[in-house]
Amino acid sequence: MTKTFYTKTSYIKTSLKSLSLASVALAAFALPAMAAESSSNSLIIYTYESFTAEWGPGPSIEKAFEGNCACDLQFVSVADGVALLNRIKIEGANTEADIVLGLDTNLTSEATATGLFAPHKIAGSLAKNVPGGWSDANFLPYDFGWFAVVYDTEALETPPKSLGELVDGNPEEKIIIQDPRTSTPGLGLLLWVKQVYGEKAPEAWAKLSKRVLTVTPGWSEAYGLFTSGEAPMVLSYTTSPAYHMIAEGKNRYQAAAFEEGHYLQIEVAGMTNKGANNPLAAKFMAFMLSPGFQNEVPEKNWMMPAADTSAPLNPVFGQMVQPAKSLIFSSEDVAKNRETWVKEWLNAFGK
Amino acid sequence: MAFAALGFLALLAGGALLALGVAALQSPKVISTAFDSYFLRIAGFTLWQATLSTLLSILPAILVARALHRHPVFIGRSLIIRLMALPLALPALIAALGLLALLGRAGILAPFLTWGFGARWPGIYGLSGILLAHVFFNMPLATRLFLAALDAVPQDHWRLAAQLGFKPLSRFRLLEWPAIKSAMPGIALIVFLLCATSFTLVLTLGGGPQATTIEVAIYQALRFDYAPMRAVAFALVQLVFAFGLALMASRFVLVERSQNIDVSSAKLMPPSGAERLINRVLIGAAIVLIVSPMLAILMRGLQADIIKLATQNSVITATLTSLILAISASLAAFLIVVSLLSARSSAIREFAAGGGGILLSVSPIVIGAGWFIALQGIINPLKAAPVIIVAVNTMMALPFVLRALSPSWAASRARHDRLAASLGLRGFRRFRIVEGVALRAPIFAALAFGAALSLGDLGVVALFGSDSLQTLPSLLFARLGSYRSDDAAGLALLLMLLCLGLLWLADSLSQKETLR
Repeated sequence: MTKTFYTKTSYIKTSLKSLSLASVALAAFALPAMAAESSSNSLIIYTYESFTAEWGPGPSIEKAFEGNCACDLQFVSVADGVALLNRIKIEGANTEADIVLGLDTNLTSEATATGLFAPHKIAGSLAKNVPGGWSDANFLPYDFGWFAVVYDTEALETPPKSLGELVDGNPEEKIIIQDPRTSTPGLGLLLWVKQVYGEKAPEAWAKLSKRVLTVTPGWSEAYGLFTSGEAPMVLSYTTSPAYHMIAEGKNRYQAAAFEEGHYLQIEVAGMTNKGANNPLAAKFMAFMLSPGFQNEVPEKNWMMPAADTSAPLNPVFGQMVQPAKSLIFSSEDVAKNRETWVKEWLNAFGK
Repeated sequence: MAFAALGFLALLAGGALLALGVAALQSPKVISTAFDSYFLRIAGFTLWQATLSTLLSILPAILVARALHRHPVFIGRSLIIRLMALPLALPALIAALGLLALLGRAGILAPFLTWGFGARWPGIYGLSGILLAHVFFNMPLATRLFLAALDAVPQDHWRLAAQLGFKPLSRFRLLEWPAIKSAMPGIALIVFLLCATSFTLVLTLGGGPQATTIEVAIYQALRFDYAPMRAVAFALVQLVFAFGLALMASRFVLVERSQNIDVSSAKLMPPSGAERLINRVLIGAAIVLIVSPMLAILMRGLQADIIKLATQNSVITATLTSLILAISASLAAFLIVVSLLSARSSAIREFAAGGGGILLSVSPIVIGAGWFIALQGIINPLKAAPVIIVAVNTMMALPFVLRALSPSWAASRARHDRLAASLGLRGFRRFRIVEGVALRAPIFAALAFGAALSLGDLGVVALFGSDSLQTLPSLLFARLGSYRSDDAAGLALLLMLLCLGLLWLADSLSQKETLR
């Protein structure tokens, strides 16, 4: 009697135990199932948020690509380009991404060093518009542009004419910038200041930080705040005014031309090792430099297309600021110094 | 069963610590480079904001507690005291959003503040916001604790003071102050600990390079910089620091609610007209502090298009995800508590009765960071999110579930142990027939309370969350991050109502916490 009773309780104990495990396991298995399931006929692309936004190029590119592959293209988006690299590093070899789209030349060397990317085997010369030509084996450019301070002509009468004027200007006139730890424009400004100020960059940042209203994790947030009138200036691109002029018919927002020159950003995509085993990934990389993709770049991503579009660019693009000089660090230099320079930025900022 | 429960806790905390330790030992050199001037600055800011928060919470709390003590009987008093328990159970994210809705750049009060300020109201991002939010959470807590200390002054002392004709000043100096003073170190330490380790508030209201604490820097090292070794270094510092504080705090016994309300002070020496007025103002101000952020969320939330929001797929998925995770964590915490409370070994029961308060010092971010690093390279850590979130939330809810359940459980044991033994009832059968029936109300109260605590958590999900796993708080944080403030306001209202609903359920169930 006692014996049977014991076995029964221990049975119940075990079932209780497994119940507690079950509740955890339930959560563990039920939830990922809600997320997108990857199948053999799908292509997963990690990118940044403004690319996949309704007004961004993502939706129409997805349509164009799916139209001739009978497959399922899925975008997974994070705040911005640097966050994209972090995400890939976190996931490592277990990543689900076939393609990572939205890094820039400042990050390619570091991304290559992860060993997670495979050669694209496409002639770099196809990206014929990219300044300086192209030869990277793992990454392929899809567009480019120059960073610029975009200002609201109704809120700011005299925009800065140089980076120096931006740094030394009236702290009451605010600018919104992006965090270099997560965002490629944020990193771009960091490198821009470094190019112009060199060793004196921390002092420049200490001054500039007084003009910074807020530091956002990505470009979308910063630009959203700017257009809602929170600050008269934002860090964006020389081509940003084209959006307001073409899509909204407004001349209100303009880019400030800086005497020292503008930092060049070349945006790239790369195929992961996982993607190297997915034929759709190679197909997409080739598609990227074809008109089907490139047509969406100027008036959806508001950047300069890396290759030919079917029709000539809207003349408005000709009115954009043409940088006196293109500033850029080599990808190796950035990879070597990024951590140090970001720390320098963090330290200078609070002072 | 009790050992399985302890094993789970040991595995969860130990595994994380082991991962941090191994990582630190593997590359001590990289670790040591993490302690640079930037680290010193955030460590300095962490201590500075925690010190200010503690002072700003404790000083008003003394005045409010004294005021409440001097008026032991008035309509709504017990409601006010219950209200004071609310902030601590409310998700930090809700408090942060409430304060932003009220005092942010576009807050409800911003136009008035701009007018009074003479320039555009700069909002409360940074140190001011962090301090305000910490006061919102800790002033009511400190008030309750100080009130209990004042209530514990023996009646005889007041009688003697009345007979000797003490003036108000000497009454304060000789009776009230000693009680406050002896309770002070314990209260100050616990508030300091909570402020030094708070994550969500600093993340939402600060987080920029100027206002970052160690806790937030751990998260940023992993998700912003991807510098795992720096995260390890920061996590180890935070661990030692918080553990030390918790150990110090555990030397002081904190009484949260005195058993008998002592009316003698007011009866023997009734407050003067002026004191009455001052006390009313103090109590009123405390109520405004607690209630106004919640009212702000209600006002802002109702302006948002709730219907449209509630029918969005992402919102529905996030709500369901949150509920599943919260209920799982609450159930798991409940099972652990029950197995600890009904353990045969008295040592385990004593450990349980001690409240496992030390668990409070183990920050979810530190545990999360440990597991993040442990899992890396083996699997994609972001895919382990649900399991880690439930496990860590279980641990976080544990002390609270324990405290909610242990008194009635002990009472039930005392009452039913012999009868159950004579009938041979043990284990689950006993639970089903005895405690499961007699303690139904407290059990559901504990479950609801545990779920409410887990529901609003934005700690581990910030670390492990991604587009494939969004909880209601992480979705809310994302919408806030992209400045879709209308969406954020609506979601905040939704989250607040869910949490308040659960808390109300817990509260009303524990009101009938009598054994049948």
